[in-house]
Amino acid sequence: MKYMMFVCVGEGVELSPEDSAQVGPATDAWVEEMDGRGVRVEGHELRPVSDATTVRVRDGELLISDGPFAETKEQIAGFDIIDCQDLDEAIEVASKHPVAKFGTLEVRPFWVE
Amino acid sequence: MTGGTAGHGAAADAGIGGAVAEAFRQEWGRVVAALIGMTGDWDLAEECAQDAFAQALKTWPRDGVPRRPGAWLTTVARNRALDRLRRGAAEAVKLREAATLSLTDPGLADDDDSGIPDDRLRLMFTCCHPALSLEARVALTLRTLAGLTTVEIARAFLVPEQTMAKRLVRAKNKIHDARIPYRVPPAHLLPERTAGVLAVLYLLFNEGYSASAGADLVRKGLCTEAIRLARALAQLMPDEPEALGLLALMYFHDARRMTRVDTAGDIVRLEDQDRTRWDQREIEEGTRVLETALRRDRAGSYQLQAAIGACHATAARAADTDWARIAQLYGRLARIAPSPVIELNRAVAVAMADGPAAGLELVAALEASGALPGYHLLPATRADLLERLGRRAEAAASYREALGLAVTDAERRYLAHKVAETSGPG
Repeated sequence: MKYMMFVCVGEGVELSPEDSAQVGPATDAWVEEMDGRGVRVEGHELRPVSDATTVRVRDGELLISDGPFAETKEQIAGFDIIDCQDLDEAIEVASKHPVAKFGTLEVRPFWVE
Repeated sequence: MTGGTAGHGAAADAGIGGAVAEAFRQEWGRVVAALIGMTGDWDLAEECAQDAFAQALKTWPRDGVPRRPGAWLTTVARNRALDRLRRGAAEAVKLREAATLSLTDPGLADDDDSGIPDDRLRLMFTCCHPALSLEARVALTLRTLAGLTTVEIARAFLVPEQTMAKRLVRAKNKIHDARIPYRVPPAHLLPERTAGVLAVLYLLFNEGYSASAGADLVRKGLCTEAIRLARALAQLMPDEPEALGLLALMYFHDARRMTRVDTAGDIVRLEDQDRTRWDQREIEEGTRVLETALRRDRAGSYQLQAAIGACHATAARAADTDWARIAQLYGRLARIAPSPVIELNRAVAVAMADGPAAGLELVAALEASGALPGYHLLPATRADLLERLGRRAEAAASYREALGLAVTDAERRYLAHKVAETSGPG
């Protein structure tokens, strides 16, 4: 089953310089492990919400605005599509992601008809 | 309805009805669990289990109660599921799976030679999966394992039937759509997940236990269901002493259930309870189960709580209570699962063993740490110890403080009574 894994980080989270320096290499290691297991299908880090653009069409009119679609304390910093045996494996994969230690990972199954 | 024959027939029917009702209580979870294992379809499993019990009501009066009611019911339910799946062409894949599984399943934990696997443990772990909300875990456990209806569960948790129905549907959908596995977790997940199952069963029990004398009987029935499920879990996990510990703990609490409040619904303190009305059979059963658990020499928090329960339940008079041992058990409990509530209970036990002044010291230390703000039992305990020391004015002030924080009517009545008692002329 495929799951979308959102990598979310709270707005005010500030890491120590050492921890901050750790995140990049630790994420690379996670990607390497999950690619090796054949679990990770695709994924990427995202630019911050200040670079986001929201697009809507209402009554035929195109509405474009600056910023994210929802003002929340948690922001999506990246995503991975993972293909797992079941939710227990998806939880295990998410729990190993370095951001799990200070952020939040949301695991959502793909809609399957 | 004039002849004796009709009356006799009705009595026989009632007997069979009783046998079916008993089979329902004993076998429902097993039948549903087996059917989910075969078909992977929770709704189909429940419907077919229901059909099987309806069939039993029809044929058992004619043919007698089968030797293995559980195996009979599971077979009927399985055949019913195969019929239904055959009719739905779109379900062809499921049918193939069901047909193969039902014929070749080697039987995971075949505990009665009936050839029907006991899948209840898988069902328990799935119902209590941490990816479900706690409310959903409780509701799902009661529905699929204990066989309570949605209406009964809704009444027990004081929510509208619609709300409960939605909660159950949502939980089942999540199990299916997010693919929560139907299995006993692998070894590395087992301790944590087992703790989760035990917590749900204990919560169930406490929901029933906290129901007061006048309250809904359905809520009190939760204690019986919780004990039944804990007993099943203990049988299914014979190497898990905490499962036995939880079962023993429930027995010791349940044995005292009827004496906790008087006929007016007022709280009766442990030392004032009529011990002759405690259920001796449950106390003996609890003692036996706890001994079995402790022989494994892997004490956990449920076993320690049960050991404390045993100290109370086996004391013939309040004065015979081994408070020194209780204080020591609370000390061990505090090391395994540190919590201010346990520390408060330890203070009470120390007060009983070494005198109120020693207990008061521990309460003061707890208060100084800022723990348990707004928790009425903290000032209530302080009040009780001050009263025992003869410091009545301070006791009255503490009882008043507790009264301002208490939640239930029974507690407020008790505390108001104590305020009056300690404020009056000594």
